[in-house]
Amino acid sequence: MSNPENVKNPPLLRVDDIVLSFGGIHAIKGVSFDIIKGEIRAVIGPNGAGKTAMLNVINGFYKPDSGSITFKGTTYSSVKPHTAASEGIARTFQNVALFHGMSTLDNIMTGRTLKMKTSLFWHLFHWGPAENEELANRAVVEEIIDFLEIQHIRHTPVGKLPFGLQKRVELGRALAAEPLMLLLDEPMSGMNVEEKEDMSRFILNANEQLGTTIVLIEHDMGVVMDLSDRIVVMDRGLKIADGIPEKIKTNKAVIDAYLGTTHQEHASA
Amino acid sequence: MLDILHKIFVGPFIEMSHAPDLLVQVLWEGFVSGTLYALIALGFVLIYKASSVFNFAQGIMVVFSALTLVGLIEMGLPAWLALLMTVGVMYVLAVSVERTILLPLVNQSQSTMIMATIGLSSFLIGFGGFIFGGEPKSMPVALLGIPTGSMQFSVFNGHINIQNLDLAAAVMALVMVTTLGIFFSKTRIGRALRAVADDHQAALSVGITLKQIWVIVWFTAGIVGLTTGIFWGARSDVSFSLQIIALKALPVLILGGFTSIPGVFIGGLIIGIGEQLFEYYWGVQMGGGTQGWVAYMIALLFLWVMPQGLFGEKIIERI
Repeated sequence: MSNPENVKNPPLLRVDDIVLSFGGIHAIKGVSFDIIKGEIRAVIGPNGAGKTAMLNVINGFYKPDSGSITFKGTTYSSVKPHTAASEGIARTFQNVALFHGMSTLDNIMTGRTLKMKTSLFWHLFHWGPAENEELANRAVVEEIIDFLEIQHIRHTPVGKLPFGLQKRVELGRALAAEPLMLLLDEPMSGMNVEEKEDMSRFILNANEQLGTTIVLIEHDMGVVMDLSDRIVVMDRGLKIADGIPEKIKTNKAVIDAYLGTTHQEHASA
Repeated sequence: MLDILHKIFVGPFIEMSHAPDLLVQVLWEGFVSGTLYALIALGFVLIYKASSVFNFAQGIMVVFSALTLVGLIEMGLPAWLALLMTVGVMYVLAVSVERTILLPLVNQSQSTMIMATIGLSSFLIGFGGFIFGGEPKSMPVALLGIPTGSMQFSVFNGHINIQNLDLAAAVMALVMVTTLGIFFSKTRIGRALRAVADDHQAALSVGITLKQIWVIVWFTAGIVGLTTGIFWGARSDVSFSLQIIALKALPVLILGGFTSIPGVFIGGLIIGIGEQLFEYYWGVQMGGGTQGWVAYMIALLFLWVMPQGLFGEKIIERI
């Protein structure tokens, strides 16, 4: 059930009938959906629904048992993380996966990895092309630092930062790759209202100003309904609904999954 | 009793002030072995930084690379070609380690990785012995263009004697430590290396390829090993007993921290100079041969005061 307003745009990414299991545990049981260029696509569902597993399939950490991933018109049976990154998919992680001993600046600089091409030879002397390249990329990173309003922590080792700021730095690292598509895994978990508002603003700005397509896993329903263009709802490895926020709010299957009327389960919104 | 205290706390210092030229000589010798210790430790730090693995094969890599170089020269190859080919061999070794050890064991526990490097060192001992034989060889210093002979300087109404070989070794070690220090702190590849050490998945997600980083690190460690092997081999012999010098890297690493390149350098100097001073001014009264253990004593003392080493990365944990 794709949204009629978006039908004219071909999807940027499509997952078809993805099946993923770990031993006897079926994490994803045949899920398909598409993501259209320029939209904010939320993936929601109770804990253990398979949302993060799906992101891991998209950026190549997991190899699905069957199904396919089509990105920019090319169909893959599985993706390698490096391919995903170089084709323009960046991501953040549920538990913040920053490089803790490194400064904010250096962390965001790692996001520029694929934009930097000079050979090992120049690097050895930190000179000539390598130095120019470093400066050019540093300028881009400074823009991102301004964009995310984290100038004051530029040189702070990220391990020392409060959680909310770490999440912001992680977003910065992902944006530094100038991705076509950004996968955000619970970017607002553990944040207070003010921090959530800031983060929402950054996500919207990235989407509107930079034209980044965004896939968002988030538990805060208020945020999800406000930000997203379309929502996929997963439960126990299956897709149970797909559509615009207004439709999802009133969808019977979704309400059942969250309130646990069809099967005993804790609502985890 | 008073006599012993005098011998420990007074005598040596009087001796130092009476013969300052001798003191300078001892300091210089300590400095040279310190830079070489730093070079050995550098090999460990590179691999530890990128994979958090203590590479037990580092000492053997020093011997293996030096043996390869000497072996190729003995086969009649010109020195420059032999050197180039040895560099090639170290590259092949780095790629093989990545393919046969690191890749299959990705995400295994640290102890598994350590066992794997012990296995690697056994393999290199056997393989090196099989190809080049077990007998000690001497480094053809002249063919490699390393200066020999010595220089005399007058200081404090006396003389100090500087071996050209020592000078070359110290300069080479300084250059390597500085270059690699800058390389790994200021460049893309350096950042990628720290990133890989910190978080594999996050590194993959920004497009860093683990394989490439591993090859670069092991290759660099191999080149550092080769440099160490050339100079250490020139000062003694090239044989498998050289590998025990790798043990001297341990106190250096404890002092400098396992992850710091400047730390390695300072640590090397403290150990090198401390060891020489102690042996010359205190050791003789204890029957000599103190170099065998003084380094470890110094390291132990530092561990009591600074468990993370002088330059170890601060362990940051939010509670």
